[in-house]
Amino acid sequence: MTRRAFEDVTVGDVLEPRAFNVRRSSLIRYAGASGDFNVIHWSERTAKDVGLPNVIAHGMFTMAQVGRVVTDWAGDPSAVVEFGVRFARPVVVPDDDAGAEILVIGMVEKVDPEARTAQVNLTVTVGGEKVLMGSRATVRLA
Amino acid sequence: MPVNRDFIGREYVAPTVYEVSREKIRDFAVAIGDLNPLYLEPDAARSAGHPDVLAPPTFLTVLGFRFHDHGPIGDPEFGVDFSMVVHGEQRFVAHRPVYAGDRLASKQVVENVRSMAGNEMVTTRTYVTLEGGEPVADVFWSLVVRGPDQR
Repeated sequence: MTRRAFEDVTVGDVLEPRAFNVRRSSLIRYAGASGDFNVIHWSERTAKDVGLPNVIAHGMFTMAQVGRVVTDWAGDPSAVVEFGVRFARPVVVPDDDAGAEILVIGMVEKVDPEARTAQVNLTVTVGGEKVLMGSRATVRLA
Repeated sequence: MPVNRDFIGREYVAPTVYEVSREKIRDFAVAIGDLNPLYLEPDAARSAGHPDVLAPPTFLTVLGFRFHDHGPIGDPEFGVDFSMVVHGEQRFVAHRPVYAGDRLASKQVVENVRSMAGNEMVTTRTYVTLEGGEPVADVFWSLVVRGPDQR
């Protein structure tokens, strides 16, 4: 649980790629914990009625999975001083046991020796399509 | 229905302080599938130099929805049909970690409303501080209100 040292980080370092499963039950649980009860995250009828292909994951659920990759790499979650994403495409979650799989790959884009920070850019895909764009985090290293 | 531009610049102060609890952090961490001991175990957090368990980077989302009905999105005059809302962008700038026991005050400002490809894009900024005013985080939300032709 110790913060990664600045000296151990180099531009181009790749964070271990990880896959996160999301099922309908994940969305129910996330709705309860976050307070985001938008019906498009649990009602297939409503989702389709408003023109979506099916129930979609909370954008913030997806962002949180990306956050896990960054905080685990950083060693201490409090090292993450800035974190932003743009939601490019909804993550459609079918009502089955397989759900959807969110794949996250991160890379150190730049480092700032004065601030002892690193910027990590993240590529986030589902079924080979990017669901987030401009996903990046700034991590203050030890 | 277009979103009401008169709301640009309006400020909404959360009516009550939000007290962060260990249990809420635990619920949130479990919901995102992250069992990091720094979120769940006070002893582990203290050994790492923290005063108590801390919250994951996206935890402050909770605050946004806690005060939903007291903010612009919950105001019928603003003209946002929540079932037509999808998330556009999200950014957190942290000034200090969020810990269990923190008493958080927040203020949400409607920064902009603009049309984009048949949709309406609403951007807000939430200033989160400790009760005494010490900055905790700035949270930037962009919501896309999908146009009626997308239904």
